[in-house]
Formats: sequence, structure tokens, C-alpha cells
Amino acid sequence: MRYAMVIDTLKCVGCSDCVVACQTENNVPIGYCRDWITETVNGAYPSIELELKSERCNHCDNAPCVRCCPTGASHQLDNGIVLVTADECIGCGACIESCPYDARYQHPDGYVDKCTFCHHRLEKGQLPACVSVCPTKCMYFGDLDDPNSEVSQLLKNRKHKTLAPEAGTKPQVYYLI
Amino acid sequence: MQEELFTSGRNIPNIDPSLQIWHWPISVYLFLGGLAAGLLFFAALITVLKKDKEYPAAVKFASIVSPIALTLGLLALFYDLTHKLYFWRLYTTIRIESPMSWGAWVLLIITPISFLWVFSYYTELFPKWKLKFNFLNTFEKFLQENRMNMAIALIPLSIVLGIYTGILLSAFNARPLWNNAILGPLFLTSGLSTGAATIILLAKNAKERHLFSKIDLALIVIELGLIIHMLMGMYAGSEVQLEAMQLLVGGEFTLMFFGFVIILGLIVPAILELTELIGYKVPVAVPAILILIGGLVFRFVMVEAGQITRYLY
Repeated sequence: MRYAMVIDTLKCVGCSDCVVACQTENNVPIGYCRDWITETVNGAYPSIELELKSERCNHCDNAPCVRCCPTGASHQLDNGIVLVTADECIGCGACIESCPYDARYQHPDGYVDKCTFCHHRLEKGQLPACVSVCPTKCMYFGDLDDPNSEVSQLLKNRKHKTLAPEAGTKPQVYYLI
Repeated sequence: MQEELFTSGRNIPNIDPSLQIWHWPISVYLFLGGLAAGLLFFAALITVLKKDKEYPAAVKFASIVSPIALTLGLLALFYDLTHKLYFWRLYTTIRIESPMSWGAWVLLIITPISFLWVFSYYTELFPKWKLKFNFLNTFEKFLQENRMNMAIALIPLSIVLGIYTGILLSAFNARPLWNNAILGPLFLTSGLSTGAATIILLAKNAKERHLFSKIDLALIVIELGLIIHMLMGMYAGSEVQLEAMQLLVGGEFTLMFFGFVIILGLIVPAILELTELIGYKVPVAVPAILILIGGLVFRFVMVEAGQITRYLY
């Protein structure tokens, strides 16, 4: 089992519904986000390309945040999801410094918080909140170990990229381009 | 064709402006930890070599500084934690992959030893203040008998402490300025150099001062070499490393780095120490204090500049 997310940048309109859904579902304090939208403009006028995408923790295969954590609060499940146990976290900030995606933040209560791929929803057989609300259905979620899953098929058939692969983290959120 | 690229959209009020989550306590701790490592290393080395009668400042007077430095450093670290009440979680596990974990364990061992070390010299350091309880005198005797054992333990422990302050930063591959293998040896050398400078500052006889001036001179040369290696390595590196280097060479940290760390913190004290060794009269406090300030500024520059550098995608 290897959970992964696939996001179609050609379908994303940058509406931020995923951001709001996450904040609501996970009770994210005001002024913080576990996911966010970026807008990249490439090229010189008049031939300009616009890319919109929803970003979050990449639940890396080689997660530097898990490696750097001095207490083991940051850990990775067998299905690939990287989680933080709040009452093992000392708030030292090592994981935040080690993340090339700046996907983590210090919760006002002191511990470090981040995207969980809505682990609590997966256990109930539901999709992550951001995926389930996307109005353009540009987000897909599933198991990469299953060659017939929707995400495996998309990655097999479509051109895709990951963010900052040169950082060596083996990110598991894929972007269709 | 001119290519334009901009990324926008990520604007999370409480996260993005405070991306630099490590502040002055971390820089101060890295300096104090290195200083204590240097002082304990020299005290232990001289004891193991059985030269402790000839070099009293190194084993006795300067070693008072190390428990103070470690205590202040630990307080600074604790101050910087945001989930403070859970700090004990550090000691429920040993994580080999995390430099911070084995740093925490080394600190847990070396801090009490640094106190015991000073206590073993209590009667010599404070002859006027007699110990009120007899068992404390017995304990001091016991420590004096075991001073050699403490010294043997301190040599590897102080090296690990000194090198860990650098490896702590170099383990973060997301910050290209830190992510180079030379940072560990560089911080160790800098820590030993600040330790030697403190001993020079507190030494009362010329023989001891001269020995540590020579040691310090050698350490400064090594440190300059390591800094050149670090810059060369990044200069020949990938785009992100090049950008990281440019913060120090030509960027916003140039004055701090070249002015305060390299020129005032390394080259000027080296020249002053050399002229003193040749026989000219130079107040020894000047190079020693310059080295200490240079070491502190170096930690600040590395911690602050490192957090600006990142992967762009």
C-alpha cells in the first residue's frame, strides 16, 4: 500500500476550495494552512503559460522531516503517510527546517502540524477532504502499489512531474502537466 | 527570448513571514556549545597528557566557563522550543538518524561532567570558601581521584559536542547553505579556536599563553582552509548552492561574513598572535576577544543566512 495524490494542473482553476475544505475538516487555526494554491507564470509576453496547482505535504518516500526528528514524533506509516504525534513533538523546528516544501508549521499550541492526507477519513473509507470537494475534479487519490488504481493509471498514461525532485526526497504528490 | 517566471499564491499570514523559525537562541547555543566543547577538550587533553600542573588555566580557571556556557546554551535551546512541556520526549528514544537526538544525549552526559570537573578543583579555585559538609569534601576527593577517567570520557564527548553543532545544520537538505559535509569539521574547529581564545584570555603565565596562541594559530589556518573549501564546494555546486554562496559572497551577509568573521575574527587575530609570538608586545586580550566575537557572528551568519536559502520550484 502506497498512498499518493495526483493533481491535474490542466484542470485546476485555483479556486482554493481544497484549502477551505482542509481548514474546515481539520480545524486548522485561522491564519494557517495545510495546503495552498500556487500560480506560476512562465514565458515572455505574448507567449505566456499559466500553471495553477494545489500544494501540500508531499508525504515523501525519503522524508527528511522523519529523519531529522529527535523524538520520533514525525513518523511514516506503512502506507507512506507522514504524520506528527502532537504529544511527542517538542517544537524544536528541525522538521520545518528540513522540509524543502515548507509544508509544516508550528501550531499555536506549540506542536508541529501538517497535511495528514486526511488519515482519519481514509480509515472510514472516505477520500481526503481536499480531493472530495474539488469542483473541477482535478485531484485524484489512491494506492500506487495497485497497478489498476486510478492514480497508477494516470501516471502511466499522462506526462507528470513532482516538486523539487532534486532535493532527493522522492515526493509522492504528482502533478499532471 | 527573455523568460519570465514568477510564482505567487502562497500567502499564509501566520506561516510565510515567519519561515525563519530559528532565532537568536539557536545561534547563541551553537556558539556556547562549541566554546564549551573546545574548553573541555583542552582541559581533558592536558590532563590526559599529565601536564595539568604546567597549564593551570586550561584545566582549572577556563573550565569554570564550560558549565556556565552549557547551562546558558541549554536554557537558550529550551527557550526556543515551542512545545516546551514535552522536552523530556527527547530522552525517551535514541534516534541515530537525527543529529539533534544524539546531541541531546551527549549534552545530558557532558553537562553534569563539566560541573563535576569544576567541583573537583573546588578547593584550589575557591580556597577561602570552605565546604560546610563533610560528605562534599569526600565527594571532591573522589572526583579528584577520578579526574583522569573524566578526562578520558571528555575527549570523545567534547569532539562529538563540537562537531554535532555543525552536523545538526548540515543534515537539513532543504537549506542548501547548511547542506554541506564540511560544516561539522568547520564548527568543531571554530569551537576549539574559541576555547583556546578563552584559555589565552584567562592564562596567567606566558608559557601557557604562548602554547595556546600557537594552537589557536593552527586552528585559525585550518578554519580559513575549511571556509575556502566550503565556498569552493558551493561555487562548483548546483544552482541552489550557488545562490546560497552568493548570500555570503556579494549578497546581504557579505559585510558580516568577510568583515566580522574572516577579517576581524580570523585574519586580524592571527596576525596579532603571530606578532606576539615573535616577541612584540601585544595585549593578548585583543586577539582573544576578536576570536570570540568572530565565532559568535559566524554562528549568527550561518543560522540566519541558511534559513533564507531553499529549493525553488
